[in-house]
Amino acid sequence: MRERRVILLAVALCVVGLGVAAYKVFSLGYPLTANATTDVWTVEARIGFTAGVGSVKVSLEIPTLTPGFTVLGENFVSPGFGFATRYTPTGRTAQWAIRKASGRQTLYYRAVVYRDPSNLQQDTTPNLPPVPVLDEPYNTAMQTLVAEVREQSADTATFAAELLRRLNEPNPAQNVDLFLSQVKTPTEKAQAAVTLLAGNRIPARLVRGLKLTEQQRNARPVPWLEVHDGDGWLYFNPDSTEQGVPEDFLFWWRGSQPLVHVEGGGDTEVRLAVQRDTTDSMSVAEARAESARSRLSKFSPMSLPIQTQSVYGLLLLIPVGSLIIVILRNVVGVKAIGTFMPVLIAIAFRETQLLSGILLFSLVVAAGLSIRFFLERLRLLLVPRLGVVLTAVVLIMLAISLLSNQLGFEVGLSISLFPMVILTMVIERMSIVWEERGANEAIQQGLGSLLMASLCYLVLGLEVLEHLVFVFPELLLVVLAITLLIGRYTGYRLTELVRFKALSTS
Amino acid sequence: MISLMNRVRVLRDKGVVGLNARNGLLVMPHNPRRLYPLVDDKAKTKELAIQEGIAVPELYGTVTNEYDAGQLEGMVEGKDQFVIKPAQGSGGDGIVVVAGRAGANRVRLVNGTIATFGELRHHISNTLSGQYSLGGKPDVALIEYCVEFDPLFEKVSYLGVPDIRVIVFSGVPIMAMVRLPTRQSGGKANLHQGAVGAGVDIATGVTGGGVLGNDRVDVHPDTGASIAGLQLPGWEKILALAARCYDLVGLGYLGVDIVLDRTLGPLILELNARPGLNIQIATGLGIGRRVRWVEENCESGLAVEDRVELARRNFSSASPERQIPL
Repeated sequence: MRERRVILLAVALCVVGLGVAAYKVFSLGYPLTANATTDVWTVEARIGFTAGVGSVKVSLEIPTLTPGFTVLGENFVSPGFGFATRYTPTGRTAQWAIRKASGRQTLYYRAVVYRDPSNLQQDTTPNLPPVPVLDEPYNTAMQTLVAEVREQSADTATFAAELLRRLNEPNPAQNVDLFLSQVKTPTEKAQAAVTLLAGNRIPARLVRGLKLTEQQRNARPVPWLEVHDGDGWLYFNPDSTEQGVPEDFLFWWRGSQPLVHVEGGGDTEVRLAVQRDTTDSMSVAEARAESARSRLSKFSPMSLPIQTQSVYGLLLLIPVGSLIIVILRNVVGVKAIGTFMPVLIAIAFRETQLLSGILLFSLVVAAGLSIRFFLERLRLLLVPRLGVVLTAVVLIMLAISLLSNQLGFEVGLSISLFPMVILTMVIERMSIVWEERGANEAIQQGLGSLLMASLCYLVLGLEVLEHLVFVFPELLLVVLAITLLIGRYTGYRLTELVRFKALSTS
Repeated sequence: MISLMNRVRVLRDKGVVGLNARNGLLVMPHNPRRLYPLVDDKAKTKELAIQEGIAVPELYGTVTNEYDAGQLEGMVEGKDQFVIKPAQGSGGDGIVVVAGRAGANRVRLVNGTIATFGELRHHISNTLSGQYSLGGKPDVALIEYCVEFDPLFEKVSYLGVPDIRVIVFSGVPIMAMVRLPTRQSGGKANLHQGAVGAGVDIATGVTGGGVLGNDRVDVHPDTGASIAGLQLPGWEKILALAARCYDLVGLGYLGVDIVLDRTLGPLILELNARPGLNIQIATGLGIGRRVRWVEENCESGLAVEDRVELARRNFSSASPERQIPL
């Protein structure tokens, strides 16, 4: 009964812990290793213009809905300009304004984006467009063309595909040619396609975007076509019949308006640049969690101030250390002084490194023990005696630091991180064991503690582990579950197999 | 690996109980924590035993503060031998056995060293400040009668007082051993301090082979005398005394320490709520089997005599396999 309750509790804890961690890994992309990196691209728009005599207003279309990519961060460089961003019916615009400027002006917009397949276009379903009214002979041509394409298609997707095929034929039909005669660039071709699609009351939009490559100094925006089939957006390359979006295509702005509009200035020049970079996956995951409005990102140690973070980086390891102690004591059966003392020593070892840590620990304990044995002769009361040993431990630590400083061993300085109160208790316990049970037992327990501390140090030093408990603190619930289960373990300890050797021969 | 698995199997077949099983399956379910103070505080145990008419070593005095410690000499006036004991000590730590006087202001300890009363007072003051108690709680020191042990044990103990440890489960004595002090144990009868334990047949009260550390031994390491084959006098009375302690404190899994005094007979020395496991090595038997037998065959509420009778009839180490059904 009690057994089952513990098992149920442990299973529940495991499910919650692993479940939350799995959600964070698979849905939010939290990395499992500390130095995992993610590709990011920096896209930049540089606007140069010569200011006129009056006030200047510059508006730049900037990315909003970017299927396949998510914006990690953006910044605007605009010395002396007033600045605002605002949403427009077709997307988002950055606006710079200044009352008076002279000479050549340069403004920058920079955004960092990363690939995010889960970012689908979350756009509302558009209204059906009215059938455009064109001048003759275009109107008749459009009607004929729409009727023909309609004949040879089944739904919106095939309609759009068929229309584009006709627009891109090497020898276009006469009524198509009528439209193409007006068209000089792919953008205009896409614009024509939008008009023709509207002829069949199909909502469509012209989009301009960038192909993200390794590095591009002067990237040219590429037009793309978005067609809504009533359920969602379909993507077409207006310059071919290709459907879909290439993997590396970043949607920048929608609509037929130009990228930049400068009021009160001339000689406008826009340069788009792309640069690929890598950044640590952690910051990307954080940003993603935030953009997904996930509460988890608020309850992550990473939302804490940096200094507190480093404290928790360590604190979160302590439960893992306690699990190691539990295993070593209840499953292996190692004898040691002080229940969780080895974990604290192990944490001090992180600063001193293992070998010098063991050396320093032994040095302090040995010196402390000899002082403690001397005190035994003075017959001091318990608490004053502990006070004397504590003072002695601090002085021993100082002496070691000073000495090693003189000799130029830097490692001796890190001894100051040893938990001195714990050391004092170790010395006291050890001296009592020494007196009551003999030197053998005392040294055995001392070595047992050192062994535990070293093992804890080695395990807690694993970078992966440190990263895991910090990024996925919910994994501590799994640690808790294992500890609970060991709490009901009634089997033999490993050392008991040796202890009961005399009984184990049948 | 395979040999380890084999070992586990053999141990489990014999019902040998490990520390985890003792704590998780015997101590925790059968010994309610609220009863612990009755056995952890020897002053309380003694008081309770005297009320119930159970024989214990006479208490000369209790030292509860530093002032009382100064009165030590008055307390033991006219007594050459006495024992100083922390009331809440565990595992025999902090016990000083005074074997006689050595001049006006000095005493001879059982391990042969000479101590002044000043040193004894320092020891008591350490005891009071909790050096020997669990968790360093402030404690009191008991000054009590030093048992003159039965001549039976003269050849198989080195200094100190040998005692008898009986494990009582649900009021039924299930296992017993005598604990014989050695030079290594400094006259103390605790196995982990180096005393020898010799298994005692519950049915007859005759000692068998023993254990030193974790190893089987047949002779006393200091005297060389055989520790097997000794008949403990008044065995039935000893078992009854142990069984009565269950009614005294109510702990289902109980270790009872009894000394045999030359003139006073068996006396209860102390009770233990978490008795050690080496008794299994001393007797060559697992505690688990006998616990299971008691759980399956003994109804609660039996009289002391009935429980002793049941134990003697069923727990013979002569033919444990036949006598103890699984």
